[in-house]
Amino acid sequence: MCLAIPGKVISIGTENDLRIGRVQFGGVTQPVSLDFVPEVVVGDYVMVHVGFAISRVDEEEAELTYRALEQMGMLEGELPHEEKPEERHEIPR
Amino acid sequence: MKYLDEYRNGRLAQRLLREIERKVTRSWVLMEICGGQTHTIMRYGLDELLPSSIELVHGPGCPVCVTPASILDRAIELALRDDVTLVSYGDMLRVPGTKMDLLSAKARGADVRMVYSPLDALRIARLHPDRKVVFLAVGFETTAPANAMAVYQAHREGLDNFFLLASHVLVPPAIHALAASPGNRVQGFIAPGHVCTVVGCADYEDLAREFRVPIVVGGFEPVDLLQAIFTLVTMLEEGRAEFANDYSRSVSYQGNPEAQRILIEIFEVADQSWRGLGEIPQSGLRLREKFAAWDADKVFDLNVPQAEAPCVCISAEILKGLKKPTDCSAFGVACTPESPLGAPMVSSEGACSAYHQYRRHNLVAIQ
Amino acid sequence: MGHGGGGKLSADLFRSVFLPAFSNSILSRGDDQAFLEVGHTRLAFTTDSFVVKPLFFRGGDIGSLAVHGTLNDLAVGGAIPLFLSAAFILEEGFPLESLRRIVSSMSEAAERAGVQIVTGDTKVVEKGSCDGMFINTAGIGLVETDLLLSSDQAKPGDVVLLSGPIGDHGIAILAEREGLSFETDIVSDSAPLHSLVATMLATGAKIRCMRDPTRGGVASSCNEIAQTSGVGIRLEEESIPLRQEVRGACELLGLDPLYIANEGKLLAICAPEDGQRLLAAMERHPLGAGAGMIGRVTQENPGLVTMRTALGAVRIVDMLANDPLPRIC
Repeated sequence: MCLAIPGKVISIGTENDLRIGRVQFGGVTQPVSLDFVPEVVVGDYVMVHVGFAISRVDEEEAELTYRALEQMGMLEGELPHEEKPEERHEIPR
Repeated sequence: MKYLDEYRNGRLAQRLLREIERKVTRSWVLMEICGGQTHTIMRYGLDELLPSSIELVHGPGCPVCVTPASILDRAIELALRDDVTLVSYGDMLRVPGTKMDLLSAKARGADVRMVYSPLDALRIARLHPDRKVVFLAVGFETTAPANAMAVYQAHREGLDNFFLLASHVLVPPAIHALAASPGNRVQGFIAPGHVCTVVGCADYEDLAREFRVPIVVGGFEPVDLLQAIFTLVTMLEEGRAEFANDYSRSVSYQGNPEAQRILIEIFEVADQSWRGLGEIPQSGLRLREKFAAWDADKVFDLNVPQAEAPCVCISAEILKGLKKPTDCSAFGVACTPESPLGAPMVSSEGACSAYHQYRRHNLVAIQ
Repeated sequence: MGHGGGGKLSADLFRSVFLPAFSNSILSRGDDQAFLEVGHTRLAFTTDSFVVKPLFFRGGDIGSLAVHGTLNDLAVGGAIPLFLSAAFILEEGFPLESLRRIVSSMSEAAERAGVQIVTGDTKVVEKGSCDGMFINTAGIGLVETDLLLSSDQAKPGDVVLLSGPIGDHGIAILAEREGLSFETDIVSDSAPLHSLVATMLATGAKIRCMRDPTRGGVASSCNEIAQTSGVGIRLEEESIPLRQEVRGACELLGLDPLYIANEGKLLAICAPEDGQRLLAAMERHPLGAGAGMIGRVTQENPGLVTMRTALGAVRIVDMLANDPLPRIC
């Protein structure tokens, strides 16, 4: 029940005075309340829990963290699929 | 699916596992707080893939599991009334109350309906003005804002046939009680990523400081959890008891101010009874007096005793991480998903259901 | 309700109530159809009931579902379906127009599949005694293959084939239900599989058994085969075909696609040396596009279905306990 999954906002409108977005999850679309994320615009990704967006996915943060994870255990400049277990980098915060 | 698939990447997970293995020099006991995190661990076998010196114990982060049986009894009593439509999240339908569960009540003629969102519950109330629609709203801080919005909307629209039967619990007081209890073996916590998305990080930073124990906010996909575990292990190996946020794509330090605003408007903090853990002061939410007209507990004359029925269920110890589901004599025998004795076997986030679903108690060596 | 789910509870009910009462060697095989020897002719005989809600959905209705579902029970036994019966239980006040639509849909489905609906019955019950319409069917087919297709025939080393992506029907139905508002293009995969089966049989591959994984999904069918044959089945998570939309819906609702009903898919277990050939034949057939090899039969862990996850660990794929989607077919 703490299940929240990421989806893409493809349109925004109003229903019963609530700001409702149509959010797409891999081919399925659902109406989602955007009242907790007033800064969200079409094209943004949101985390959705029981029909409510509880956060806007911070794409820059995600990119940064993911790249750091990918570089774990590797020499800088190596192709991602080559494993070099001797070297590793700290995860930047 | 973007922001989901990448965090299930097997190659990345393997790399993280290798790094964790290289870091670890002794055994550590870690707790993932949220039931959703427990299920990911069981589903992907993370506890088997991690070095054996790391022990994962499962926390009380399953809102369905900790909902007191008395709430279910009240829900069932209401559901059995002719003019009431009882609306609930799917998970709550099979949790046993003192005598039966909501699905059994439905089989006896109660109008019980499952919804995915509080917005659906409101829709049902609008569509059926002749029915009293009672929404059984349970959850942690993740779900509370959505449940609050339902009341806010009902108030705004003047919907007088919508009521909330609520049981909300707050995570930090439970962790506080756990960390302070004498039997506690947990040396590092993975904080619940979606709770923190709503409320922010301050409480968990305070807990880390007060109990001198590392706490890292973790997400719900295998790579997210392994990342949080790596950070925890690194801190523990280096003797640091700090706080870190490893779910920064969803969690910011201050959390979600809009969601927090609606929480404060609709609810106030109260003492709360947790099924299996007992009463924890200031660990729950109740509707403010201003919204009494939508409070099922105040509007309906419910005469259900608040006592808990004794049971062989050891959910208390499981929720505190003191025992594992496989330590329970009833696990898989008298207590199964089809005939559960307690909530952790029913809930999709319960430790017992995770263990049962993904492996057996009489586990044959999986090759 | 759980007893109608096609999982553990249904199996328990069959074993504890029906089997002892009706006991005979044909019934105790526990297959989807019964094989009958009548003189020199081998017939397959099956019965089924359809209680799907809603009655009309994207990709079909209770009528076409009834025809396809019954046909498929015969087809997976290797039978050429010939005749069907259709008995209707109608709720008082059921609209005539809806009845016409459904019957017309059944007629079209039967004609396209080359079978005839030769007998039937209609009963009407009081309002509230049944939900609109229930349909009960029976089907008879001719078995011409020499293969003994049965769930007790799987052997260690055999391969497990699936004819296409899973979960379409269940998700299409869910999308139409009140209380769950999501939009999708997914349509039910309801289809008659006998021509796909004929293609498969024509290859001469040593097929041990076939199932159409309806209620309880692929997980339940595999569990039944594993238990009846006394073997283990090991699935590979990465090999299981799944549409994006079904995946999205499952993530959204917290469902596992392995347990979701299919109405136009086939699971086949065959000897390992014939696997590639059989798969190729399936892929060439319109109902087999997207077919794949999803696992193997093993000697280890008899009676259990296990799955290697994307991360490499192995988890159990248990028999369905509680039905996540009631009234699915």
